[in-house]
Amino acid sequence: MSAPSSTDSVTEAVTEAGTNAPDRGHDHGENEGHGHVEVDGVELSAELVEGASVASRDVAEYALWLGDDSLVLAQHLGWWISRAPELEEDIALGNIALDLIGHARSLLHYAGAESNRTEDDLAYWRTEPEFRSAHLFEQPNGDFAHTIARQFIAANYLFELYSRLAGSADATLAAIAAKAVKEVDYHRDHAAQWVLRLALGTEESRSRMICGLGDLWPFLDELFVDEPVIDRLEGVAVRPSSLRGPVEEAMAPVLREAELDEPRGFICSGGGRRGDHSENLGPLLAEMQVLARAHPGASW
Amino acid sequence: MTTPPVPYDIAPSAATVLSPEEQQFNDLIAADSRIEPRDWMPEAYRKTLVRQISQHAHSEIIGMQPEGNWITRAPSLKRKAILLAKVQDEAGHGLYLYSAAQTLGITRDEMTDALIAGKARYSSIFNYPSPTWADMGSIGWLVDGAAICNQVPLCRASYGPYGRAMVRICKEESFHQRQGFEILLELMNGTDEQKAMAQDSVNRWYWPALQMFGPPDDDSPNSAQSMKWNIKRFSNDELRQRFVGMLVPQAEVLGVTLPDPDLRWNEEKGAYDMGEIDWTEFHEVLQGRGPANARRLQRRRDAHENGRWVREAAAAYARKQAAKLTETAVA
Repeated sequence: MSAPSSTDSVTEAVTEAGTNAPDRGHDHGENEGHGHVEVDGVELSAELVEGASVASRDVAEYALWLGDDSLVLAQHLGWWISRAPELEEDIALGNIALDLIGHARSLLHYAGAESNRTEDDLAYWRTEPEFRSAHLFEQPNGDFAHTIARQFIAANYLFELYSRLAGSADATLAAIAAKAVKEVDYHRDHAAQWVLRLALGTEESRSRMICGLGDLWPFLDELFVDEPVIDRLEGVAVRPSSLRGPVEEAMAPVLREAELDEPRGFICSGGGRRGDHSENLGPLLAEMQVLARAHPGASW
Repeated sequence: MTTPPVPYDIAPSAATVLSPEEQQFNDLIAADSRIEPRDWMPEAYRKTLVRQISQHAHSEIIGMQPEGNWITRAPSLKRKAILLAKVQDEAGHGLYLYSAAQTLGITRDEMTDALIAGKARYSSIFNYPSPTWADMGSIGWLVDGAAICNQVPLCRASYGPYGRAMVRICKEESFHQRQGFEILLELMNGTDEQKAMAQDSVNRWYWPALQMFGPPDDDSPNSAQSMKWNIKRFSNDELRQRFVGMLVPQAEVLGVTLPDPDLRWNEEKGAYDMGEIDWTEFHEVLQGRGPANARRLQRRRDAHENGRWVREAAAAYARKQAAKLTETAVA
């Protein structure tokens, strides 16, 4: 039995924050506004690498690849909030989406400097062929097993990618990657746990996991395709083809423990890095961009 | 769950001989101390708390929907991130509150089943739709603002787990209110269309937000007993008055008009006079005749039903792992 005194200071602080909103509201600058926010995974100002050098056109192009992958995946995952199988997953998938939006913001911010565009100019005002996301990230949520299969491949790919990009000769990319790799390490673990639970849980969950993995596997190959721009970014970008071995090796033990065979079947020819997208991207962008585009020039 | 608690007088009458536990409970309440899960408590106290805490938890969970509606369409990446974080906080609040209720001997499954069956209540405010982006501002400013007024005193509620959950929740709610205020401020500093969007939204949410404090004091059957038990600290009308006093200067900063022509400062009273609240609307929504009652419950039920096979898989996997561990230990 404890006296309620310990709550008093908090109560006062809360009352103060609640009633003083207008004073704080005046000062709603990008950097100040949410620096103190106590929400897991949102350190908005820290995500933006300020004062960084301007990326060259090629580096900006590469940053778009990575930024668009994260943005599109986050956009899908955001749908799950209030629809997940249990509350803990609403929170977990929300956390992952938040991390990914953070990565996307940093990367798009960096990519945009070259053409004097903001992260929002890039997210909301580019057309579909101007996006550079790979098809894997564009695939719909499907059922929970499909979402987990997409997460499993994506997180393993991103982890191997960012681990290496942290050593990039480009200091901004290296800094973004060094922060992101810790977060996608958690995403990787989250996905692996669910692959095991679903594959080894019930008969139904196993058949759904096998189906989900089979439906997403065709989009793995595109992640390892080198485009001409990569040749001009030696030491800056991570060569996609160099990631095939590490990513497959990282997934193999989980698949083995889950008693799942690597799916063999279709391989999607991809093309996202050149602006050739799956049919899913159009509707996704239409939804994401609808409000911003209804109010050109407005600020939010 | 919705039956009012049996009136229970904590003051010992001459005719009653109190058991030692009962005496201890009364002493703790009289000393404004905390009751903890293992302490004896009157059945009506337990029931009142189960009802209140579970309703509060359900409100957090259903409350994710009107805001979740805009996550995919948020007009900037910064707003998207903040909104996502906010809705995620609400899931977290629901979790703490379900846990607090569980210490009173009810399970999360029982509470979820009652919600999905339409037998449990949640805050009526979430039965209103969120058709525009400005509603993300109004929900934060007005709905979370009202929630803070209600909840800050609950940090001192006599039941320990509830009070402690509320401390954590209130910290986050004040951030929620501020982000709502900022959304509206940005709109009110924006284009004519944005300003109109903000004003329209405030018009829609203002009165339902005032109703969040519950019926007037002379028509609030459960309030008196909850105040005797130190669960509730201020009356519905007191809290409503405090809320309006807080809103008026903030509305001036925003440049929005609060949609109450009778709202004016009363020097004598030292508080605002306000217009009549439409309690018919309140009772209609409460009885299930609001704009979005069916949709809110349907979404919750769909999520629960569609997730059943996932929860079953997780449980089966955990059982198999445990069995494996036992086998290894035996071998």
